[in-house]
Parts: sequence; structure tokens; C-alpha cells
Amino acid sequence: MKYQVVIGLEVHTQLTTATKIFCGCSTRFGAQPNSQTCPVCLGFPGALPVLNQKVVEYAIRAGLATNCTIAERSVFARKNYFYPDLPKGYQISQFDLPICVNGHLDIDLEGGGTKRIGITRIHMEEDAGKLVHADIPGVGDDSCVDLNRACTPLLEVVSEPDMRSPDEAIAYLKKLHQIVVYLGICDGNLEEGSFRCDANVSLMPVGSNVFGTRAELKNINSFRFIKQAIEYEIERQAEILDEGGRVIQETRLFDPSTGTTRSMRGKEEAHDYRYFPDPDLVPVIVSPSWVDEVRQSLPELPDAKRERFVKEMGLPEYDAEILTSTRELAEYFDATVALFPQAKTVSNWVMGEVSRALNEDGKNVTECPVTPELLAALLKLIEKGTISGKIAKTVFDEMYKTGKEPEKIVEEKGLVQVSDTGAIEAIIDEILAREAGQVAEYRSGKDKLFGFFVGQVMRASKGKANPAVVNDLLLKKLAP
Amino acid sequence: MKITRAEVEHVARLARLELSEPELDTFTSQMDSILAYVEKLNGLNTDDIVPTSHAVPMENAFRADQPKGSLPVEEATANAPEHAESFFRVPKVIE
Repeated sequence: MKYQVVIGLEVHTQLTTATKIFCGCSTRFGAQPNSQTCPVCLGFPGALPVLNQKVVEYAIRAGLATNCTIAERSVFARKNYFYPDLPKGYQISQFDLPICVNGHLDIDLEGGGTKRIGITRIHMEEDAGKLVHADIPGVGDDSCVDLNRACTPLLEVVSEPDMRSPDEAIAYLKKLHQIVVYLGICDGNLEEGSFRCDANVSLMPVGSNVFGTRAELKNINSFRFIKQAIEYEIERQAEILDEGGRVIQETRLFDPSTGTTRSMRGKEEAHDYRYFPDPDLVPVIVSPSWVDEVRQSLPELPDAKRERFVKEMGLPEYDAEILTSTRELAEYFDATVALFPQAKTVSNWVMGEVSRALNEDGKNVTECPVTPELLAALLKLIEKGTISGKIAKTVFDEMYKTGKEPEKIVEEKGLVQVSDTGAIEAIIDEILAREAGQVAEYRSGKDKLFGFFVGQVMRASKGKANPAVVNDLLLKKLAP
Repeated sequence: MKITRAEVEHVARLARLELSEPELDTFTSQMDSILAYVEKLNGLNTDDIVPTSHAVPMENAFRADQPKGSLPVEEATANAPEHAESFFRVPKVIE
């Protein structure tokens, strides 16, 4: 039978606050195990949690950027279960009264057009600690617990089961990822677990609108793995259904080494969480004026940026897409255009030389030695005719290496473009005299040789001759 | 009956409590009478009443996002039955 896959996603984004959600311990990644803990995040009896206000602000930001309604009143609840990485025996989360509800994101579809993916809710919660199998002598098979991550603030973003292919799921995730990074509320580092995804996957016969039983896929930390995990799950469930079997509702773990998912048995009871309002934390009231204040502070989001680049700056969609892929790149571009208002020229350079140099170097655009000021100065030199576009690339490389101003490099290296007709004429005369044979051929109709002459002149001038002047003069001189 | 013996057993298991047969009987009957007592509230009309999540009329208790320092690792792990270097050590967790 033919099946239609139905996918809903739950994304955990770790927030970039300096401290944990309910205590003043640092959230820095990679510290000595358990060195960032205190009675609150260790779950010591009597210790009381106090909410980090920034977490609420970040949640409002995320909610606004994903078109959610911000709840005026939201409440923290305890989710009860036992696991060694959860010191209190419960996780503080939100249950029936989350801070954001009823949002959506529009994703771009592969074949063009967009599709609206619903966002059911966004809620605030604390992360658990980390279980590691450290290679410590004498520990053997025992597990080790690091509670540095316990109590780190998370936003869980729950989508509606609106996606109908692995590609749609990836498009949604990339969009959400881009937004939380743009908002500055999450560093987006998938490897370090700052952006984690669980996927709910089910199948139904094509043409049906009754969802099948779903499996929840956990532990996926790359876009590629998410696609793999969903694809595997589609095959697995289709096989079960084709054989007349029933899919079991369960949690399955993705194994990147085999590209398969396997059942996490022994956690069946874990879904009986007995949520209840946490008596240690008072309700969060978000006033309309607080929402407005956060709204004012929102950066321009990727979609709006893209539209502005196309509509106001006249860039092609392709350029706008690439330039807005990260907030940093878009800001670099914007800053350069502010100094040199020829958007397409700047775009070409940013997507070309700048990106190439950064890629080769493995650097982020914020670390680019050629600042927007330097790049704009370089483009002005080309515009004025001081240097040619070709020489500009040499100057760029030098700027990238040294961070020096382009004017200085041009002066030091004697790269000023030669537009003086007398000087160029002299070079041309010399070459035409030397290549008499080619000149004769050209004059007898072999037009293609024109490029050869241009090349010779440019080479003789070490690339400094103004190409337009060279063209003009050559045409005149070669005329029969 | 407001609660069955099986439900008490289930809840006890979720809380990792081991109850003897006589304890199960005792707690089932005690919890049953407690629930029967609380049940009286259902006699009231609560149509326009927002569910109470907190008994104290307070809201928005916040702290600023400022680091306050943590416990020294030795102190953090001091009460643990076992630790390995600066980790807490627990029996193998099977996933």
C-alpha cells in the first residue's frame, strides 16, 4: 500500500543566558563536571528555585518571532519521573499553561511556494544533567553524572503534525534554527546539543486523514540525521503495516552509526508524569506592555530581511537567500552597503571573495579581517578607476592577510591602475610590433585574436592597465 | 470506591515505593476516605472560578541573569554515596 507520512517536531533550544533558569550557576559549556552546581540545581532538600527573568524575555521573543500568542498568565509544573540525570526526581516545565501558544512558520517548498506549519506551543523548562560513560579507572561499567547542565534553560517548541515529508521537516527545522539564532536567544550549536529535535512520525494510507500510531524518535543532533531517522522510520512502519501488523506507540532512539532507530524499552511507564503546578514557583504574568517592549527590541527577521534585499535593494532572490542565511552575514552586507550603496556589487563581493576567503580559513564573518569599512573603501577605489577589478582581488587578499587599508596596499605595492593613454599606447605599440604576424591575421578577419592582444597588454602592464582604455586603444590601433 | 488497590499499587510503583500487602490495604482505605472527603468540593458550583494553581496571591518573582557562583566540586559531591573524580557515580544506566 502507499502511505503518507505525518511528522510533528519537538525542538529543545538551549538559551544563551549567562545563568541557569532557577539559580545563579553559570551555563558555560565544557567546564569541569559538577563545578557549576549549587543546592538548587543539585536538588538539595529545602533549596528554592527563583526564575531567571531573561528566560521569560527570551520566550516572549521566540513566541513573537513565530507568530504565537503570548499567554498573559503561565504556570510552571512538575513533571515527575526518575532518572539519574534528574536530581529532584522531577523536571520543572510548563504543562497546561505554557507561555506561548498558536503560532506558525511558513516554510519554502522545494518546488516553489510556501506551506504554513502550525506551532502548538512554546514552553520554558529546565534541562537535565548529562550521563556519561567516562573512562575512569576503577569505575568499570558504572555511569557518571555531570549536573552542570541540570537546570539550564530550555525552550521547547512543539509543532503541529503538519509536515508530510522529511524535506518539509528539515525546512521547518532550518527555519526555526535560523530564527532562534537571529534572535540571539540560542547559539544554535547542534553538536553541543543547543538545538535538539525529537520527531513524532506516523503513517496513514494515502488519501486517508486519520493519523496512524506514532513513534517518537529521540536523540537526533544533526539535520542530516533527522532526515535519515525519519526515512528509516517510514520504511520500518510501512513494512509493519504491509504485513498487517500494528505500529506500537513508543520512544525510539536514533543510532547514527547504523542509520536506524531502536526501541527504548523499559521506559513505558515514563509517560505517566503526574504533572502538577510547582508550588515553589509563582505564576508568570506577562503584561501587554512587556510584550510590546520585547516586540520593539526584536531584530529584523530573515524573511523580512530577504524581502527588503529583493524589493528595496533590487537583489536577485538567490543573493538575498544566501546573504540572509545568517544574521552576521546579513549585517556585514548591510553595513557595507551603507558605506557603498551599490547593492549588487557589494553582494557579488560578499558572496564571492569574502565568503571564499572565510571558507578557506574556517572563519565566521564576524572575524573577517576585511571589515565592511575596508571592503567599501576597496569598492570605492574600483569605482574611481584607481584600480581594476582584477587588481582589486589581489588587494583584497592582501587586506585579508594584513587588515591594512586598501589605499595603503595600492600605494605600497604600486598597484594604481594606469589609465594614462600615453603609457598604455607605448605598451601597445611595443606588442603590436613584436606580434606582427598575429596583427596581420587579425586584420585579415581573425577577430578572435583581439582577446590575445588584450591579454598581452594586461600582462605587460602587470594587470595595472585600465581595461577599458586598453580596449579602446587596441581597437583603434588594430583597425586596418 | 474512589480509588482501587491497583491504582495505589501503580502510584506506589511510580514513586518507587515498596508496599507490603497489609500496607496496600491500609493505604487504599485511607486514601479512599481522603478522596471521599475532598469530593465534597464537587458539590460547589465552580463554573466561573479559575483553577487555583497557587494558594499565595503572588506573581512574577524573578531574579536577574547574574552569575552567583557555585559550590566547590568537593562540596557538591560530598553527600553522594559514590563519586568518581568530580562525577557522581551511579549504577550503569541502560539506554
